[in-house]
Amino acid sequence: MSETPKSSRQKQEFEHALDSSDSNVAQFDHKHRSLFDSVQHFLHGNPTMVPVIVLIFSIIIFGFVAGNKFFSPFNLSLIMQQVSIIGILAAAQSLVILTAGIDLSVGAIMVLMSVIMGQLAVTIGIPAPIAIVIGCIGGICAGGLNGFLVTRIKLPPFIVTLGTWNIFFALNLWLSGAQSIRSQTLDEIAPLLKFFGESIALGGARITYGSILMLVIFAVLWYILNHTSWGRHVYAIGDDKEAAELSGIRTNRTLIMVYCLAGLVCAIGAWASIGRVGSVSPQSFQEANLQSITAVVIGGISLFGGRGSIIGPLIGALIVGVFNSGLRLAGVDVLWQVFAIGWLTIIAVAIDQWIRKVSS
Amino acid sequence: MSNTSQSVQPVLKARGIVKRYGRVTALNYADFDLYPGEVLAVIGDNGAGKSSLIKALSGAVTIDEGSIELDGKPIQFTSPMEAREAGIETVYQNLALSPALSIADNMFMGRELRKKGLMGKYFGALDHKEMQRLARQKLTDLGLMTIQNINQAVETLSGGQRQGVAVARAAAFGSRVVIMDEPTAALGVKESRRVLDLIADVKARGMPIVLISHNMPHVFEVADRIHVHRLGKRLCTIKPDDYSMSDAVAFMTGAKEPPAEDAA
Repeated sequence: MSETPKSSRQKQEFEHALDSSDSNVAQFDHKHRSLFDSVQHFLHGNPTMVPVIVLIFSIIIFGFVAGNKFFSPFNLSLIMQQVSIIGILAAAQSLVILTAGIDLSVGAIMVLMSVIMGQLAVTIGIPAPIAIVIGCIGGICAGGLNGFLVTRIKLPPFIVTLGTWNIFFALNLWLSGAQSIRSQTLDEIAPLLKFFGESIALGGARITYGSILMLVIFAVLWYILNHTSWGRHVYAIGDDKEAAELSGIRTNRTLIMVYCLAGLVCAIGAWASIGRVGSVSPQSFQEANLQSITAVVIGGISLFGGRGSIIGPLIGALIVGVFNSGLRLAGVDVLWQVFAIGWLTIIAVAIDQWIRKVSS
Repeated sequence: MSNTSQSVQPVLKARGIVKRYGRVTALNYADFDLYPGEVLAVIGDNGAGKSSLIKALSGAVTIDEGSIELDGKPIQFTSPMEAREAGIETVYQNLALSPALSIADNMFMGRELRKKGLMGKYFGALDHKEMQRLARQKLTDLGLMTIQNINQAVETLSGGQRQGVAVARAAAFGSRVVIMDEPTAALGVKESRRVLDLIADVKARGMPIVLISHNMPHVFEVADRIHVHRLGKRLCTIKPDDYSMSDAVAFMTGAKEPPAEDAA
């Protein structure tokens, strides 16, 4: 472009006024914030703080109401034990909800896989470790089916998982003949299936391997979501799928992997659930899918996707456990436990909406 | 045209590209040439097919017919990732940022850096510190704006600041071509000036830029050549020194026929 004499680029006429003006361009800092705004900004940056505060307050309140029984190591470890299965399902649920989806089939996948593990090991007589591995592969396939329908057939996750929920439940009844496998039978033939029901005594506490498994699953998922590219892509897809695609992320492939991983976590939960219940019971955990969504929502993960920490649902599950335990120890009727959890869910979503409205 | 077009090979060249969306033809045998080191403005009415042209060049849509060449080699992008790997960076009109993620996350989206050593190799551990440092450095280098907190969510930034992040991302990572779709559309006077200066900076590094804009003063200020797009194809290519802004608008809207020697 040798002949272009435009080397001295001319400013526009009106821009000469800029010479005498403030030379700062738009800055990233904020001045003059009210306390209210500051709280909103803080929560926006740390969405998990809401459930953490709720958990701390509920522990303090129930400590007063229910007294020493609540704070006993035994009771605290019991709460962990009681929330472990819903906690694991909430971990799987979180992955899907982070992508702005929802998975109504998590409970059904879990029960189906526990039946598959039990039937293979007990009825067919396959060694328990192989039965567990096959169950885990089954979980990945079940999740993969959800992911395939969501990404390739482009159906809404709600509809897909509403369908597969029923499909998996029907398969579960067919495979099990609606019959449980009793605890003694498991002890005789495949005691490994009950492994996560065993516990270690620590002082007065009885910490089951199932509780530890739940914590390990959350730790692993926390690492994956925060410290790997794949995890950042999961957030980006939930945030704005089109933007993620333009940024070069293979969104459909990542989404299918999310559903597969959720399925695998459910299958691991299936193994843990056999230990928790003590038997393979095809009729158990029928509301587990909704309870997992409750834990995720109370844990501060946005149903609109892309926001919240995986630690939130763990806290959310613990809040539900603390409420149930505290109200029970205080002698309150079970119906009020359900009542309280209902309000907690609504309030959690209301807070999420408020935080999302943050303005600069 | 000028001597440049005969002697120098275009960096990015498209011939007869067609893109149809159902019954709508967005690109109707369009041609495109971008020469080394130049700022090429693309102007056209709404619906003329500018965005489709840009998406075809940046891999966001796959063309139905025609050919695209980068440095003389035919290319067939099936995703924006492939275009980026080939060195073509794009600032989209909607910016393609993830609002809930941080500035640093957004700048490295899709090309995250891993830690060195075992953790990075076998566990895919990301090097957050290095990415934050580089993101801060890139933004500072480009003099685009002062950053208080690189971990701030993009949605807490103003429109102009977001534009700044998107432009900085493209300028920082583009190695062959930078495409900017309406980079000043959402900006105030001062921020627009920064972006125009930035375009000059990027050009000074020898990188060619494709600039899509409706803002004629900006186009006439920074562009070396202007590609007028009309009804899904290139109508003509003009030099800003030879024509006035009203001529350009007249060509673009069909009020005036382009001179024969400049027609595509």
